Amino acid sequence: MKESWISCEEVITRLFDYLDREMDSDTSAEIERHLERCHDCFSRAEFERRLRERIATSGRQEAPQRLRRRIKNIIEHF
Amino acid sequence: MATGTRLKVPVSQPRERKEQFEKQVTCLMDRLYGTALRLARHPDDAEDVVAETISNAWKKLDQLDDLSRMEGWLFRILHHTFVSQWRRRQCRQDREVELEPGDNDNPFSLFEKLHQPFLLWWGAPEKEFMNALLQEDISKAIDNLPDAYRIVIVLVEVEGYSYEEASRLLDLPMGTIRSRLCRARSLLQKALWQQGHDAGLARCGGHSPGNTSGGDV
Ligand SMILES: [Zn+2]
Repeated sequence: MKESWISCEEVITRLFDYLDREMDSDTSAEIERHLERCHDCFSRAEFERRLRERIATSGRQEAPQRLRRRIKNIIEHF
Repeated sequence: MATGTRLKVPVSQPRERKEQFEKQVTCLMDRLYGTALRLARHPDDAEDVVAETISNAWKKLDQLDDLSRMEGWLFRILHHTFVSQWRRRQCRQDREVELEPGDNDNPFSLFEKLHQPFLLWWGAPEKEFMNALLQEDISKAIDNLPDAYRIVIVLVEVEGYSYEEASRLLDLPMGTIRSRLCRARSLLQKALWQQGHDAGLARCGGHSPGNTSGGDV
């Protein structure tokens, strides 16, 4: 916190903007530098990042054969 | 095989294009279904969303010059298809319930919950928690979110949409996307905490039963 311009509190507040890449590149770089130095914020960012990966994985689900057949049928009749 | 007349539905696409279309759809099927399932929650509804998406995509295929860009295009159609179905179904009452304001200044943080001082003996509780978390726990927590929140989570976290893209798709201001996302994450993390707590993942205080923590969520 002493070394960085940006405080831990601010990093936490803006963490999701950072992970979503919804901020300007200067702020993003500043947060990145902070995360390199601050273990607490780094662990938290890693946690949120991993959770996010798990959430993203939930968008993959084996499609039932029934659906595959149905789609094949639809396309055949186009 | 253009017929010269302006048809809304292309009666026949060149064979090669049709084959390519089918090939790509087949490859993307697990993701199309998975995304539709997170959005619609019920397998039957999800299958309907995918089927309608494929029909809609076929009707619009002429708009897509480069078939190698089909993936993003197809998912946008999937979201449009779901959102328009959802709007048709949604009644006014639902809207009001969903738009109940949350405490966005003080969102629930799973990480903070896992980092309470009396848990420190446990090593890296957040890693333990994450490792013990099942994929179905996550799906369940997402599925239990109210529609308005679930949709933004799926768009941003599952599909990687920017806030602006989500804002355009849902026809909502960026500020609304931002606040719904914040609320959605808070609700999702709270649900995961609660589920984990119920499953004994977050063994608050080890053997001590009862609700040393998390009982108030
Ligand atoms: Zn820090």
